[in-house]
Amino acid sequence: MTALLSVTGLRKSYGSVEVLKGIDFEVKAGEKIALIGPSGSGKSTCLRCMNFLEKPSAGDIRLDGERVGVRPGGRGDSERIMSDRQLAPQRAQMGMVFQLFHLWPHLSVLENVAIAARKVRRLSAVEARDLAMEMLAKVHMSHRASASPLELSGGQQQRVAIARALSQKPKLMLFDEPTSALDPELVHEVLKVIEELAAEGRTMLLVTHEIAFARDVADRVMFLDGGVIVEEGLARDVITTPREPRTQAFLKQIRH
Amino acid sequence: MINFFQPYAEYGGEWLPVLLDAMLKTTLLSISAFALAVVFGLLLWFCQASSAPSLRHFASLYVTVVRGVPLLAVLFLLYFGLPGIGVTFDAFTAAMLGLALCFAAQVAEVFRAGMMAIPKGQREAALAVGFTPGQCFAFIILPQVVRVVLSPMIVTFVSLLKDSSLASLITVDELVLTGRAMATEYFLPLQIYIAVGLCYFLVAWPFSLLSRRLAVR
Ligand SMILES: Nc1ncnc2c1ncn2[C@@H]1O[C@H](COP(=O)(O)OP(=O)(O)OP(=O)(O)O)[C@@H](O)[C@H]1O
Ligand SMILES: [Mg+2]
Repeated sequence: MTALLSVTGLRKSYGSVEVLKGIDFEVKAGEKIALIGPSGSGKSTCLRCMNFLEKPSAGDIRLDGERVGVRPGGRGDSERIMSDRQLAPQRAQMGMVFQLFHLWPHLSVLENVAIAARKVRRLSAVEARDLAMEMLAKVHMSHRASASPLELSGGQQQRVAIARALSQKPKLMLFDEPTSALDPELVHEVLKVIEELAAEGRTMLLVTHEIAFARDVADRVMFLDGGVIVEEGLARDVITTPREPRTQAFLKQIRH
Repeated sequence: MINFFQPYAEYGGEWLPVLLDAMLKTTLLSISAFALAVVFGLLLWFCQASSAPSLRHFASLYVTVVRGVPLLAVLFLLYFGLPGIGVTFDAFTAAMLGLALCFAAQVAEVFRAGMMAIPKGQREAALAVGFTPGQCFAFIILPQVVRVVLSPMIVTFVSLLKDSSLASLITVDELVLTGRAMATEYFLPLQIYIAVGLCYFLVAWPFSLLSRRLAVR
């Protein structure tokens, strides 16, 4: 079976600083992969390269076999990075959940979830609304459909943001530390929703500091440090019996 | 004190319709100039935000020039200067254009600052769901910018309203020019200019209140 997402030789530099130094991995359909690593190791950068919110300096990202963000050059010799406009249909195939939710405050909860279906997937107003209600039900937020995002707790906002990403009917879900901006008592409700999505067989790439959650929900874990994947394997193996000293040190430190 | 108020009792009936007429002229001039300033200002803002260097250079040159030239000089240029090359405006049009050209820079600045107030994540979230940059601007950024700029835009309008008094110097019969004519006619400059000031205040005050209301929310 071929991979849904395959990443080869991914590099990213900011000026002279190389943040990602050659990353390779694959995500098969239905697989859940957790990306862990110390602060500043490049986890967010890596995730944001998947939908080209950051433009990689080098490398090849394929979603369902299709090259993301790059198209062959006009004269056949050099390839060219797509504009945001050209990227839009590819981005629509990946749902992204941000650390700080980024709900749109001028729209109601329902509109936040319905607008992409309406404007990107071109559903009718009624279809978009029905879809949005369905997605809100999935994240247990139907009762706040008409609220403003500003009236919601952080946990509720993040669940709406998840529903917004789901409304894209994405092939792949990208989560960037979805619970690390939340008060501790609100973390659980968001993790529970993500766990339910995992159980539905969705394909997910999840950056997280919730090690126990990664162990229980992810199929595989990648440990990123200094811009390279230091260790990669079955979630339980990497987290309970890490091989690499750097992974061991990181896991030991994060438990306290 | 009785001497001070006495002219109001005596001539109030004559002054009121004249002042109301002039107030209407001032308001009309201000509103039409402001509408035009918003149009020019938006164009200027698009130039500033454009990816084409020539447009950005034009915009920054425009703002620099407008900042450095007094409004009165612009009005004189439009009304007294341009006929020299065969372009003639009536006084009202010249005043409207001059005000609009000068306030366009302020309007663009208000929009630019408003745009800066929108967190970067708003745009990223919009691109992530598959919006094109145009859709992102139309559905996500612009509606939020409009809310942010509402209050400073009203402040800008009030300052334009007050600056519209300079139009009196190119013969627009708005409040100040009307007041000056009345002061000469009645020899009561104190009472008349106080009345003129009150007229400006009456137009401006509701807007000031509104902008404060909008700013709090
Ligand atoms: N726009 C940028 N310009 C310059 N440097 C950047 C930029 N974005 C990130 N970096 C740098 O790249 C490195 C990796 O950042 P990144 O946000 O990917 O780390 P992270 O693993 O997600 O960390 P955290 O756990 O704190 O979120 C950091 O050293 C950061 O300072
Ligand atoms: Mg990060």
